Amino acid sequence: MSDKTMTIDEVVSRLHSGMTLGIGGWGSRRKPMALVRALLRTRITDLTVVSYGGPDVGLLAAAGRIRRLVTAFTTLDSIPLEPHYRAARERGAFELTEVDEAMFMWGLHAAANRLPFLPVRAGLGSDVMRVNPGLRTVTSPYADASSGVREELVAMPALRLDAALVHMNRADRLGNGQYLGPDPYFDDLFCEAADAAYVSCERVVDTAELTKEAAPQTLLLKRSSVTGVVETPNGAHFTSCAPDHGRDEPFQKLYATTPYAEFAARFLAGDEQAYQSAVRAWHKEQR
Amino acid sequence: MSPASTPAPGAPAAAVTRAEYCVIACAEAWRDNGEVLASPMGPIPSIGARLAKRTFSPDLLLTDGEAMLVGLDGTPEGWLPYRQHLTMVTGGRRHVMMGASQLDRFGNQNISCVGDWSRPTRQLLGVRGAPVNTLNNPTSYWVPRHSPRVFVERVDMVCGVGYDRAAAAGPSATRFHRIPRVVSDLGVFDFATPDHSMRLASVHPGVTVEQVREATGFGLSVPDEVPRTREPTPGELRLIREVIDPGGARDREVRS
Repeated sequence: MSDKTMTIDEVVSRLHSGMTLGIGGWGSRRKPMALVRALLRTRITDLTVVSYGGPDVGLLAAAGRIRRLVTAFTTLDSIPLEPHYRAARERGAFELTEVDEAMFMWGLHAAANRLPFLPVRAGLGSDVMRVNPGLRTVTSPYADASSGVREELVAMPALRLDAALVHMNRADRLGNGQYLGPDPYFDDLFCEAADAAYVSCERVVDTAELTKEAAPQTLLLKRSSVTGVVETPNGAHFTSCAPDHGRDEPFQKLYATTPYAEFAARFLAGDEQAYQSAVRAWHKEQR
Repeated sequence: MSPASTPAPGAPAAAVTRAEYCVIACAEAWRDNGEVLASPMGPIPSIGARLAKRTFSPDLLLTDGEAMLVGLDGTPEGWLPYRQHLTMVTGGRRHVMMGASQLDRFGNQNISCVGDWSRPTRQLLGVRGAPVNTLNNPTSYWVPRHSPRVFVERVDMVCGVGYDRAAAAGPSATRFHRIPRVVSDLGVFDFATPDHSMRLASVHPGVTVEQVREATGFGLSVPDEVPRTREPTPGELRLIREVIDPGGARDREVRS
């Protein structure tokens, strides 16, 4: 069985401009931020990003790497509006495919199951249909027993991804990924919907260690849907990664209130290690 | 704790504040809902949902705001990660009270952006789950500052679907669509009119019908006799002030 561990730079060397890239997590929760930062160090651009948006979207939008965004929202959770995303939208910086949260999930399900679409009630009657003129409906072949109506539903197209980036609490070298927090979000679907999936994690452990203390249902990602594994301690920073670390609220506030160029100059100029020490230095200054 | 929240024995209770009428009006949204998930968004709806569960709707389910279903004391009683939450929505066993940046006379709601969607003047949250919520489970709204900028003739982006748009979209859209009520700092509103346009159901004590009309950017249906939002019982006031919100979060959202 193959060892899938790689460095952060090996992960981004497999990505290229113009890709459709799925990013796991949710809002400002368990985002693969170290991988996003690594992406920012490359010249990769023109991306179609598929994400329940948080600061991953904010950073890539601020750096001008997004050509099209597929999302239902972009938020920092404790700060409801993502300032860089917001600014980018208001200057018309990229195209947007705005769908409902459930439509988004069914799009991933369709891709993971190799279906062209899945029917979903959400979207009907809303302006999601107006701003996505390509969206079609599908009529049920079955009539409702009581009303005789054959329901017409939205045919949510598959959100097939060239690559997925997700962050886990633990993984083994083979690509088995484990979450230890309260919510898996949709990271397994992102991996299954992608041609290649890269998993960063707080700690790479021996396979046997995965189930030593944790229940088997914490094993979210199967190695068959994972291409590469990279150990990035504190790699979801500044988003939450329970139980390993919570959200770094003071730092998130700094991110949200600092012009991007200034933020990038101080925190994103070097590699991941430089980022982590710049964050520690900043926290020390705050005491 | 402020003196108002703990009157000396025998002293008269402090007057009911506007925020407390709002709490009562929000709590009433979940009356007779049975064993469904109450999903309040914002401080006053959250206090209202907890009040409803502590009093007249004890079977309601609540979350910790993340992935756990919890009792009133915070004891976890179930697991509800996002993907299962969405099944709760589409299965219909939920009543959400959402916010609204804009709301029109048929209950169309916008939280996505202000201005032209292709290049908004103000980007907000995005549609989030408003489309799936409104088509699948009862969806009420909470507006802490009632103004013509919120209550508009037409919303810029229909996120939450209103009665006219649901009807136009056909039976799959109307099948489970229902907007039980809208609560603002001025009153309570519903859609109990022949064409499902918004109606003033009650004004909070201290608010005039004229005030509500002036703060609403569209022609509101107003019955000849507009009732007042009901008074809280002494027991409800005690729960709000001493148990559920002793820190006074409600007064920071709606001032008296």
